[in-house]
Amino acid sequence: MKGYRKYFGKKIIWFLITFVVAVFLNFFLPRLMPADPVAAITGKLASGMSDASAVQEIYEHYAEEFGTNKPMAQQFLIFCKNAIHGNFGLSFSQYPRPVSDIISSAIMWTVCLQLPAILVGWFLGNLLGALAAYIRKGFDKVLMPVFLFLGNVPAFGMAVVLLVLFAVTLKWAPISGGYGFDMIPNFSWKFIKSVISHYQLPFWSIVLVSIGGQAVGMRSMSIYELNADYVKYARFLGIKDRKIVGYVFRNAMLPQVTGLALSIGTMIGGALVAEIIFSYPGLGSVMYSAVTAADYPLISATTLIITIMVLVVTFLLDIVYGFIDPRVKAAQFDS
Amino acid sequence: MKNTLRQVFHSPKFVIGFCIFVAILLTMLIYPLFNPGNPLEMIGVGTFAPPGTYVSLYDAIGTNTETLRLSDADDNRIAKALSNEDRVAMVEWFTAMGIDVSELDINDTDALLDLWNENYDESAKPAGMTLAKRKYYKRLNNSLVSLRAADERIIAEKNDEGELEKVDSINKTDYVNIKDVANVKTLPLGTDNFGRDVLKELVSACGTSIKIGLIAGAVATLIGLVLGLLAGYLGGFADDLIMFVTNIFTVIPSFILLILISNSIGQEQRGATVVALVIGLTSWTWTTRSVRSQVISLRNRDHVNLSKLSGHSLVRIVLTDILPYIASYVVMAFILQVSSGILSEAQLSLLGLGPKTTEVPTLGLMMNWAMLYSAHTNGSWWAYFPVILVITLISFSLNLMNTGLDQVFNPTLRD
Repeated sequence: MKGYRKYFGKKIIWFLITFVVAVFLNFFLPRLMPADPVAAITGKLASGMSDASAVQEIYEHYAEEFGTNKPMAQQFLIFCKNAIHGNFGLSFSQYPRPVSDIISSAIMWTVCLQLPAILVGWFLGNLLGALAAYIRKGFDKVLMPVFLFLGNVPAFGMAVVLLVLFAVTLKWAPISGGYGFDMIPNFSWKFIKSVISHYQLPFWSIVLVSIGGQAVGMRSMSIYELNADYVKYARFLGIKDRKIVGYVFRNAMLPQVTGLALSIGTMIGGALVAEIIFSYPGLGSVMYSAVTAADYPLISATTLIITIMVLVVTFLLDIVYGFIDPRVKAAQFDS
Repeated sequence: MKNTLRQVFHSPKFVIGFCIFVAILLTMLIYPLFNPGNPLEMIGVGTFAPPGTYVSLYDAIGTNTETLRLSDADDNRIAKALSNEDRVAMVEWFTAMGIDVSELDINDTDALLDLWNENYDESAKPAGMTLAKRKYYKRLNNSLVSLRAADERIIAEKNDEGELEKVDSINKTDYVNIKDVANVKTLPLGTDNFGRDVLKELVSACGTSIKIGLIAGAVATLIGLVLGLLAGYLGGFADDLIMFVTNIFTVIPSFILLILISNSIGQEQRGATVVALVIGLTSWTWTTRSVRSQVISLRNRDHVNLSKLSGHSLVRIVLTDILPYIASYVVMAFILQVSSGILSEAQLSLLGLGPKTTEVPTLGLMMNWAMLYSAHTNGSWWAYFPVILVITLISFSLNLMNTGLDQVFNPTLRD
């Protein structure tokens, strides 16, 4: 048990260090940009004003409110202090709406869309990949090129193709949004039905893309394991095929768990862009509007939230991995 | 080396991928020779002209004509002139008049017209039909009659007194040879939202995107290779430090970093090369990790130890005793980086953080424009579908090449 504690302790320290670096980058990178967003917001308000001192006053008022008139280091400290309380300041583009309000209304949409989609895609992909490696012949010959091709369709491309096919042409699903545009979010049956029908296309576009990539990876992992010496030895011993397959897929599965942990960041990037195509009310769309409006409090908060989400998922997968991989387990008990 | 190449080109997967990629590259090089000019030139005034051959109407009028008597010309003319709404409206009229239309196929122009000629009655006033609607049917009928009538179209010009004077007439049976018309433009993929030739733009964008992919891939592989070699070979503090940084940047999603950096560079400074460099700078962690683990397994081999004992310098040991052993791996990593670089550019552009829009087209920017002008909802498939297809094909061919290489260099993976 001591080994596990050490393993998790190490993981937690890593997690914290990465977190600090992420916060640092998220704060400073957006603020390095050349444009002055406060000037932009002042310009919008002061259009038509001729009195220079009044414009100056408006500018200073906003600079005070957003805290941009203080030195960077002090801004950073204030940012950290407020961020702990979940306060990310005010949005520039949707002034005076607080950033945390925008994000909290978007985050559930993203989590509920992407996590199930990525997991389902990963699961189905692994299943099909393992089957292809085991059955081979026709199944493998037909499916593998298809998967390889699917895995290389960019997520946004799949989103557009599904959108045009099922929403525009066949009219099976709505074109955009997370729920009917004429509705206010509530817990009525009608609203839930609308949410579900809007959910289908974004969900399947992410699933299809990740199935492809995972299946190809799992297939080659399984082939590698099927050729391993222990399989041959087990065959000589006369162990039943079904039992061997169980061992093989368990071993082939382990690198796939690491693969999921490592690729979850990449997948989320693609899925965020797919959200834009469907105008899904999640973080991807928020980020898109923030980028268009040069709204850096919103950009840095959105990227920070996504980074934290990825960190947490990676951390959890690491923990799971520690439990299921006998090699990690053994290493922990040895030390 | 020769043997390795022969082995590589015997892998069917590699060969297929290689052929697709080379075909794309050749198109990119050859097509501009046939269709030179600036790919960003806006030739169309409207948005999204559909694909097809465009014949100058102005020039066609003056061209020598031949008389062809085609029996189905009238029918074709009417079939083309009847829009879908008109057809639906005709069926509505039949229903209003109480005629059974369950057997009628709306696309069967002959049957539709026969029924129409039998049943249309100008003086009829079906119940509930507005005057405007009745007038619409009258106009529809008139246009159908005039299309059938054996008349001609008159070309008139203003004379000195400013009155219109007939200069020529065009009969229904007049045809021009398309070769004789001075201006004929074929737009195989139509035009985009700015009225630019999509195919020309696509070929140029494909070139830029591959360039971005190559630069990004080269930068990422170089950084990854150097850091991985140093970490793996030196070990100790250098290894700890490099792996510390690498681990952090493996967990922070590179796409997020890409967004943050691209955003802070600002639209003005973001050329295609800068975007490529930024993509390269944010995606080296994978390569570092794998190169490091490969080097660690090589570090204590006998030939490396021998080289060390012979007093060879670090650079020489790395270059002659380690690098050749991981070269195949580095090539594969490079190929993957190129394909993910192209994808990253496209995703970045869709977010509005791609290269500056005025200089060169890239695949991502084309996609971004098509989406901004809702090509996907107004049916202009030619503006976005070829772009998706090209991105997919490039990345498919690169990955196929990679799988092929993997099977050549890793015998355990062979089928």
